[in-house]
Amino acid sequence: MPDTNKVNYWKLITNGIVKENTIFRLALSLCPSIAVTNNLKNGVLMGSAVLFVQVMVNITISLMRKVIHPKIRLPIFMLVISGWVTITDMTMAAAVPDVYKQMGLYIQLIVAFASILARAEMFASKNKFAPSMADGIGFGAGFLFALTVISFFRELLGRGSLWGMPIIHAKPLLIMIMPAGGFFAVGILMAAFNWFDAKYLGKGARASHYSH
Amino acid sequence: MADVKKEHELIVTVSPHVRDEETTSRIMWSVSISLLPAVVMGAYFFGPRAVFTVALAIISALLSEYLFQKALKKKIAVNDGSAFLTGLLLGMNLPASVPFYIPIIGSFIAVIIAKQLFGGLGYNVFNPALIGRAFLLISFPRLMTIWTKPDAAFVMLDATTTATPLGILKEEGLSKLIEVFGDKINLYAELFNGHRAGSIGETSALALLIGAGFLLYKRYITWHVPASFLGTVAVLAWIFGGKSPETGKMLLFAGDPLIHLLSGGLMLGAFFMATDYVTCPSARKGQIVFGIGCGFLTMLIRLKGGYPEGVMFAILLMNCFAPLIDRGFKSKVFGALEKTKAREIKK
Repeated sequence: MPDTNKVNYWKLITNGIVKENTIFRLALSLCPSIAVTNNLKNGVLMGSAVLFVQVMVNITISLMRKVIHPKIRLPIFMLVISGWVTITDMTMAAAVPDVYKQMGLYIQLIVAFASILARAEMFASKNKFAPSMADGIGFGAGFLFALTVISFFRELLGRGSLWGMPIIHAKPLLIMIMPAGGFFAVGILMAAFNWFDAKYLGKGARASHYSH
Repeated sequence: MADVKKEHELIVTVSPHVRDEETTSRIMWSVSISLLPAVVMGAYFFGPRAVFTVALAIISALLSEYLFQKALKKKIAVNDGSAFLTGLLLGMNLPASVPFYIPIIGSFIAVIIAKQLFGGLGYNVFNPALIGRAFLLISFPRLMTIWTKPDAAFVMLDATTTATPLGILKEEGLSKLIEVFGDKINLYAELFNGHRAGSIGETSALALLIGAGFLLYKRYITWHVPASFLGTVAVLAWIFGGKSPETGKMLLFAGDPLIHLLSGGLMLGAFFMATDYVTCPSARKGQIVFGIGCGFLTMLIRLKGGYPEGVMFAILLMNCFAPLIDRGFKSKVFGALEKTKAREIKK
């Protein structure tokens, strides 16, 4: 664990966005990344919901870490997660009812996201408030980033529009808004992400990692 | 001294030691040549537009292969004919009237997504040309099902559109199909010659059989896959394909297998696409199982599914099972003992 006196917050955040990106790197939570990303609006809202839940769960667990008995830590984590998911779920149902109709089920499914439980168990339960929050922001933002990119391409190619506004006036590739197109998009973007990382970010990041 | 040494040098290599003169590229080009009669018939029935579509599919397949291998700094193997064959098969599987960008997108998907991203020739799980076509059919469902009437392209500038025989059979029934073609004998004859609506290269059973005969004679393909595929389709069409003319309900053992055999993409699929070395099982018994599976799925889609034609999806679905089938019909290793016998000897 990082030295508590000088925590590199920036590194904690970029770790979740690039190095351990939930979807492009760990290949976790792929179900929503295919199911709700057929338009940009849904993708961004879903990503934001996960970002919020991830940050709040990390904060809560980090604050409670000294009073949680290690033997029953997992049920407690689950309770905390489902509490925050319920709050998100109800807020979205009230604020954006039309979007909620399409993706309500997937909002509730955030409870079962491996990435959220994993960060609670691996990071928040062992770290102080501020680093846990940074970690939550990193992983949540990484998820939001992935969903935004995927849904951007899927809506652009599959509907010829962005955020509901028509952009391309040609015949769209209908397959891109179907589940099969979701797999295509996730696979190709995953490859592109890894290629970009290896070519432009990877070397520098690795070098700085070893120099510490 | 040195010369003597060289003479007695032993060459140690890994098996196989005896090689056939056949190469991948020779087989690919031979298959392409065997498809020529069907392409000629397609050009005859659907006009210059069909030639243009097929040519575009081939050129873009070759270009996709070249650019991908160049971009990844791989060995450029455009000459091996596999991309040519993929483009050719894809072009033959398209309706003649499609706009120019359809063969281009299809070839790109077929060569790059379905073949190169899986590791190139020999590693692809699915038949590339069929993946390209499936992608197009799902992406552009309307454009991919506009069928020109054969020979209208020569007579008039505006080609008239019509439904395929299978489409008529599914929507309006057998009696309507016979009515369209005059009488039953004429229907069979037209289907056999290929004078009907359909994809460019799939209509002429006669031309496809000539090509298939060449491949069988040269032993590039064996009878196992096509025979079990066609046989299953015929039997299932005979058993379940019949409909009572009054009630429209299914009538057992009253179907017409010949119509199902001669229409759709069955001939093209059974002889040229299901037999693809890479994507079908290599054991002979496995190939029979593979063919039966293809036939069963084809008839399931034709009779019960939402699409009038099911050959493409049937072959793609069975492609997934090819490795599993191969595991079930593993050929015996030379000199290996049966499990029980080996155990007895151990004791």
